[in-house]
Amino acid sequence: MSRRGEMAARVANEIGAPIVAVAAALVVGAILVALLGRDPLAVYGRLAQAIFGSSYGFGQVLFKATTLIGTGLAVAVAFRAGLFNIGAEGQMYLGGLAGASFALLLSPELPGVVAAPLVLLASAVAGALWAAIPALLRAWLGVHEVINTIMLNFVAFALAGWILVEHLALFETVHTAEIPVSARLARLEQFLPALRGAPLNLTLFLQLLLCVACYLALWRTRWGYEVRATGNSEAAARSAGIPVRRRIVQAMALSGALAGVAAANFVQGYKYYFEEGFTSAAGFKGIAVALLARNHPAGIVPAALFFGALDRGGFVINALVPKELVDILQALVILFVIALARTAQQRLLRRRMARGVEA
Amino acid sequence: MEVTALLVASTLRIAVPYVFAAVGGFYSERSGVVNIALEGMLLTGGFACVLAAWGAESAGVNGTAAAWLGVVAAAAAGTALGALHALLCVRYGADQIISGLGINLLAAGGTKFLLTLAFGSSANSSRIAGIPTWEIPWLSDWSVTRVLFCTPLVLLAGAVVVVSHLVSRRTPFGLRLHAVGEHPEAAHSLGIRVARLRWKGVMLSGALAALGGAWLALEQHQFTAGMSSGRGFIALAALIFGKWTPRGAALACLLFGFAEAVQIQLQGSRIGVPSQFLQMLPYVVTMIALAGVIGRSRPPAALGRALEP
Repeated sequence: MSRRGEMAARVANEIGAPIVAVAAALVVGAILVALLGRDPLAVYGRLAQAIFGSSYGFGQVLFKATTLIGTGLAVAVAFRAGLFNIGAEGQMYLGGLAGASFALLLSPELPGVVAAPLVLLASAVAGALWAAIPALLRAWLGVHEVINTIMLNFVAFALAGWILVEHLALFETVHTAEIPVSARLARLEQFLPALRGAPLNLTLFLQLLLCVACYLALWRTRWGYEVRATGNSEAAARSAGIPVRRRIVQAMALSGALAGVAAANFVQGYKYYFEEGFTSAAGFKGIAVALLARNHPAGIVPAALFFGALDRGGFVINALVPKELVDILQALVILFVIALARTAQQRLLRRRMARGVEA
Repeated sequence: MEVTALLVASTLRIAVPYVFAAVGGFYSERSGVVNIALEGMLLTGGFACVLAAWGAESAGVNGTAAAWLGVVAAAAAGTALGALHALLCVRYGADQIISGLGINLLAAGGTKFLLTLAFGSSANSSRIAGIPTWEIPWLSDWSVTRVLFCTPLVLLAGAVVVVSHLVSRRTPFGLRLHAVGEHPEAAHSLGIRVARLRWKGVMLSGALAALGGAWLALEQHQFTAGMSSGRGFIALAALIFGKWTPRGAALACLLFGFAEAVQIQLQGSRIGVPSQFLQMLPYVVTMIALAGVIGRSRPPAALGRALEP
């Protein structure tokens, strides 16, 4: 087998395994629905119609996918450095709070081209700082980041809750005042009337740009090479003279910044305020997105679209089966992805060995 | 004096689910399988317990017997989730942390899904009777002894710690478990069936963690969505803090339980600290404990490493 053949096999693996995982999850979901005595085709039909049936519906899917691109990218970047960022949820939450409160401090006279990016920056900084805590603990004390990022999610919810209730919330609500117009990101329905009603906004393009930027940073720069080397093997990276601790903290801070910016879709593009619980678990769903995307920026967009579609679908199937069916599907996708990953790897390995000395 | 007694009693009650989950985690992690899924196992245990107890009550079984049936159902459900984790991690060599996260998501979504189907609400279940404390002269009169000696599941938790301690040190199963978690290849060459032992460890851990969930549900006399609220992760931290031993983990659970008991007392006493900061306390204490113990707590050498085919 030729080298090109092997390359093709690898690409087929990278793309094929996630597709098989999604298909398998949908089949198990269908069996579950059938066991409840409901018609799986009706449920999936309703799902498909909600997603593709109208430009409004598809706009909603794109809107939900926009947030998931952000959190998925955040988790994937950390993954490439060998870090599990389970804390994207909390980083996004604080990013949204920082963005909204910063926007409320800005002079409304500031032009939009200045104000909106500044608010994005505030969200990014808050997310980065929050992510830096577990990264520093990992790099300097060797505490594994999984438990710390999870703990920091709970701390972030409580901290933001306190700031909101004591200082920012409007009377008898759980959200802040609306941010000035200059800090908002324009809705796409202004340019595409077909999207009327869907809160899709400029953040979509921002997130797509960030995907490209992350790809370039990780695969086309020396810094990115060092981050990925650290992720592959810390010990090897260290002996190659890579400042492993610094790369760990930097990669995690970037991951946190991306999670923080993911809040913009809601805060700057949709409701124009910070609201309790606005993330609706997007930070956790980012883990599923990154996993399905095989932690590659190019895979993040289709994976986010898939999970965004599931998110949207939950609302409409609720009449037939509890909407949590989509959460189950999401979990099944994760489990199938990882179950298949290793088998696929072994198949590849066998091929390579069959090729033998020729290599 | 009375305040101290209440604090001790409250510490013990709060520590129960932590103890079950952390000792459960011991069996899985000692065999070399990371178990982030403790969280989902707690949650599933709570739900299975309420569902079975409620079903039995509806069928006319008396409340206490139904609750005990619920405890058994919880253990069974936890074992099933443990088997799923083992299937992915041991059989398919999947990433153990991601498998755990996936199982947690499955548990969170699945319990809500079934909650809606069974009880018509995605927030909470109907009420169940629960297991009453035993009335024993003298012992049931004082809050501390009442919790410690008259509450069946507390006694069970204590027994689990003692038995696990002995199993870990004195039985072939315990020693093999250590061997498999430290050096699976060496254990294999000595004729120990590594994969089978890991399956046992992970399934046992599921059953025990689910008992913790059953306790939570029985305490509240109902299931509420997401009621595990991070306890599985804190239990995992307690296991690390306790240097991966049942005794150490149980002591760490008591420490974390104490922090939470203090928080609850302070919350009631209105001392001027915002309640949100008190809510952070258990999580912050967990982080500090982890940072403080690192270097002195050595994980099983093969923890997280999949078996070579």
